[in-house]
Amino acid sequence: MTEPAVPEPPMGLLAELTYRCPLACAYCSNPIEIAAYRDELDTADWQRVVTEAAELGVLQLHLSGGEPLLRRDLADIVATASGLGLYTNLVTSALGLNEKRAAELHDAGLDHVQVSLQADEPTLSDRIAGTPSFERKIAAARTVRDLGWPLTLNVVLHRQNIDRVDRVLAAAEDLGADRIELANTQYYGWAWHNRTALLPSREQLAQAEVTVRAAKERLRGQMEIIYVVPDYYATYPKPCMGGWGARQLVVVPTGDAMPCLAAHELPLPRANVRDGSLRWIWEDSPMFSAFRGTDWMPDPCRSCERRDVDLGGCRCQAFALTGDATRTDPVCHLSPDHHLVESAVEAANADRAGETVSLPLVARPHA
Amino acid sequence: MTGLTVPTTGRPRLGRGVRMRFDKTRGKHVLVLPETVVVLNATGAAILELCDGQRTVTDIVAALREQFGEVPDEQVVGYLSKLAERRHLEILDD
Repeated sequence: MTEPAVPEPPMGLLAELTYRCPLACAYCSNPIEIAAYRDELDTADWQRVVTEAAELGVLQLHLSGGEPLLRRDLADIVATASGLGLYTNLVTSALGLNEKRAAELHDAGLDHVQVSLQADEPTLSDRIAGTPSFERKIAAARTVRDLGWPLTLNVVLHRQNIDRVDRVLAAAEDLGADRIELANTQYYGWAWHNRTALLPSREQLAQAEVTVRAAKERLRGQMEIIYVVPDYYATYPKPCMGGWGARQLVVVPTGDAMPCLAAHELPLPRANVRDGSLRWIWEDSPMFSAFRGTDWMPDPCRSCERRDVDLGGCRCQAFALTGDATRTDPVCHLSPDHHLVESAVEAANADRAGETVSLPLVARPHA
Repeated sequence: MTGLTVPTTGRPRLGRGVRMRFDKTRGKHVLVLPETVVVLNATGAAILELCDGQRTVTDIVAALREQFGEVPDEQVVGYLSKLAERRHLEILDD
């Protein structure tokens, strides 16, 4: 398969406005070296990036972090994007989303809010978040509803909260959420660092999946439930980001643009919005063309009939597990490196009586 | 698993947080949602432009017949039902 001369335009831009965060979740996907990202793009930079993104064909802007509400200029960035017709989506811990701030963002044209919850009740939620936050999150979720926004809740699932998925779903129903994303942890950044304490057992997953399936049936047409399966237990890898440089781009606080939010460590030449246009970055930079399409693939992907389905899986996962970003995602049962995933899964299923919910987590720093 | 079926008396409109717009880059109408973009074909766009929360499904089929001639009811109902099930549409019915 030969690559098209000009790639299809991207659908979405994930703008990681800052890595500062009031929470300290041990599964955070932010890079370990958070302190290296303090030289953040300013308001005018972001407004230019958003404008270039719209010109390139981007339709959705996801405002994320860290905690994007820590950027005082958030409403200005939203207003620029909204004026360009972009769909704007705020991905937030909801700490700092008081009524005044929410109204300001609503006036700026913000389309949608996703609020993270760490669990269904304060003790566990606050322990995982590393700070008292549950009650404030619930209050903010109500504010979102009161302003007429649709409410999506995001809950990252792992060994220490997955047994409560039925209660998490009940809490979402109580809040009148339109949608809940139950995403099993992806092992990048801080989550990779904490993998042993986070990876659930096969039995935990099986239970959760029964619960989720029943809830999907019961709540059909009322609350949408999105369940992101844990790749470590999957047979085939996910087509990460819909393919490298295929649908999404990420811009991090310091302006580096990447095809995936976990690509910080990959040995590819940096592409920074301070140095080049977003169009050049998307269409021509080595960062985005390195793994676009299927030409880069080694075997077993190259000769696999699923190569256009999985797209080789996740480059960042291959790099984290093998040190080589060009290898088949080790999650795939056909990968020559699959034993690396199997041994982690084996450890998660060994008899660790009493450890299910109590392994120590290493908190990410706030800034 | 059987899906939802939209009643012919129902009045569909875009779901909360769902927007339809014409995308100049792709030259097509698109539905934009928090995590999804649905690129619409001409028929899909024509149907969704009629989903204003006022017209019933029956009205929508009639309006499409004026535009396109023969339009099979069950295809329109099937399309609307599929979108309602994904909450891209909500159905007012009273």
